[in-house]
Amino acid sequence: MSALAAAVPTVAPALRGTPLADLPALLLPAYGQTLLMVGIVMALVVALGTPLGVVVFNTGPGGLFPAPRAHTALSWVVNLGRSLPFLILMAAIIPVTRLLVGTTIGIPAAVVPMTVAGVPFFARLVENALRDVPVSVTEVARVSGGSPWQVVRRAQLHEAVPAIIGSATVNTIAMIEYSAIAGTIGAGGIGYVAVTYGYQRFDHSVMVATIVVLVATVAAVQFAGDRLARRATPHLRRA
Amino acid sequence: MIRVEALTKVYGSGPSAVTVLDGVDFAVERGEVFAVVGASGAGKSTLAHCLNLLERPTSGSVTVNGVELSRLRERDLRAARRAIGTVFQSSSLLSRSTAAENVALPLDYLGVTPAERDARVAELLERVGLSHRADHHPFQLSGGQRQRVGIARALALRPSVLLADEATSGLDPESTRSVLSLLRELRDDLGLSIVLITHEMDAVRETADRVGHLQAGRLVESGPVAALLRDPASALGRALQPLRPHAAPAPGERVWTVTYASGAVPADWLLRLSEQLRARVSLLGASVEGSGGTGTGWAVVGLPAGAEEVLDALAGLGLHGAPQARPPQQPARSASGAAALAGGAR
Repeated sequence: MSALAAAVPTVAPALRGTPLADLPALLLPAYGQTLLMVGIVMALVVALGTPLGVVVFNTGPGGLFPAPRAHTALSWVVNLGRSLPFLILMAAIIPVTRLLVGTTIGIPAAVVPMTVAGVPFFARLVENALRDVPVSVTEVARVSGGSPWQVVRRAQLHEAVPAIIGSATVNTIAMIEYSAIAGTIGAGGIGYVAVTYGYQRFDHSVMVATIVVLVATVAAVQFAGDRLARRATPHLRRA
Repeated sequence: MIRVEALTKVYGSGPSAVTVLDGVDFAVERGEVFAVVGASGAGKSTLAHCLNLLERPTSGSVTVNGVELSRLRERDLRAARRAIGTVFQSSSLLSRSTAAENVALPLDYLGVTPAERDARVAELLERVGLSHRADHHPFQLSGGQRQRVGIARALALRPSVLLADEATSGLDPESTRSVLSLLRELRDDLGLSIVLITHEMDAVRETADRVGHLQAGRLVESGPVAALLRDPASALGRALQPLRPHAAPAPGERVWTVTYASGAVPADWLLRLSEQLRARVSLLGASVEGSGGTGTGWAVVGLPAGAEEVLDALAGLGLHGAPQARPPQQPARSASGAAALAGGAR
């Protein structure tokens, strides 16, 4: 009892900053912004990255419509998009961002670089997922009289669904991380709160709270992704 | 029926070009099973891919029911390919789809009505004896059952040619037998022309009417299975029914390798040979089985040295005999038969 009482005064000043009761009012809107940002970005990433991954895979050797030049060109674009650190990419494409959404701050401005970074990442993951589908599946679909579109949709993508769900999970988590980085240039969201309050004002309670929220979010996304992937895999469904 | 003429496939160009198929010719009539055997690397897979036009032959033609597939554009080919059903080596089912959904795949692609599709799928699963497994996923099926689903899928669009590409490789002996007997049934009931690409000689002896030996991209020998088995000079015939190691002869005996050279070998030929030669005949090893209603096979016998009239006596019984040079070593024939096939491995 007495040991605890003695410890409290030394711990409490270390966690100085916004009182616990005020944290929800500060964090909840920011959290909503983060979810909105990541949600919009992931919708765009899946919508654009999946076809890009399918095309990269099928123009490659052993694909449905091999086209070495197109494959090399697309691979190069995908690699370029993935090789730049996000902070640098974000700064580098500011003119493009301004052109597309008319501003360089706030959620719309963050969505552009996040999508530009996310699409090639997801395309590469989709390509890898398709590469793991046995070649014989594509062959069966072709000799069964499938058009290229039918082969892609009803054989290749259909078989790769669990792997693609896993890819989307990884990608979502990466986008949560990017959203926090985007927070540093005023995009809003939980990252912005962490930087302005936690880092610039030494508001420890906000810092700790944002960390807890981010860790919990990432864990929840991973849990949901794993569950979905398992449900999409017949022999794991009952486990 | 399917007719293949001067089929050639070359990969690459210039000095690095590799000729995988080199002027392959054969035809398979309605209701006939034609087997193509050969060692790994002889070009069997490439042949399979060229037959259903998954790959375009460099030259030559593949004609099914009078339609030359190799001339068609990709779009028309998709429709024409429906005349050929392909059964792949196991594990080519969609793992996330049930047996019924796998069988329905070609029907879905074709765009038939759901009612029509379901009726046809039920009929096909019934045909391969898997009605009770319709809602099972591939991981819940045995290897043989998976292969039956693959066969049902291959039959979905009522093809006239069935291409079985290593369809029994990797199956246990019982599943292999059940799949092969299903293929025979289908040949008889539906009048299919079946091309059986395999490296399993047992499968060929059990199922095929005719067989061709693919070696380094060429069909070096082909003919009716029974005739090849009875031809002592045929390397393919020997490879189809290879000699096994035999027992050692008694002292003073000479080892003869005897092969069935006609369909009229009396079942009691050993006794007759003994009576004719007035000598003891030791049976050291044998394999005899029915092929097309008559016996085929080989035997290794020990005879007293110096029996001059052995060849004549054997010939009179419809057998072909060859003395072994240096008894009692391993049978030389078996080694040469194996070497003939292994030669294609390069």
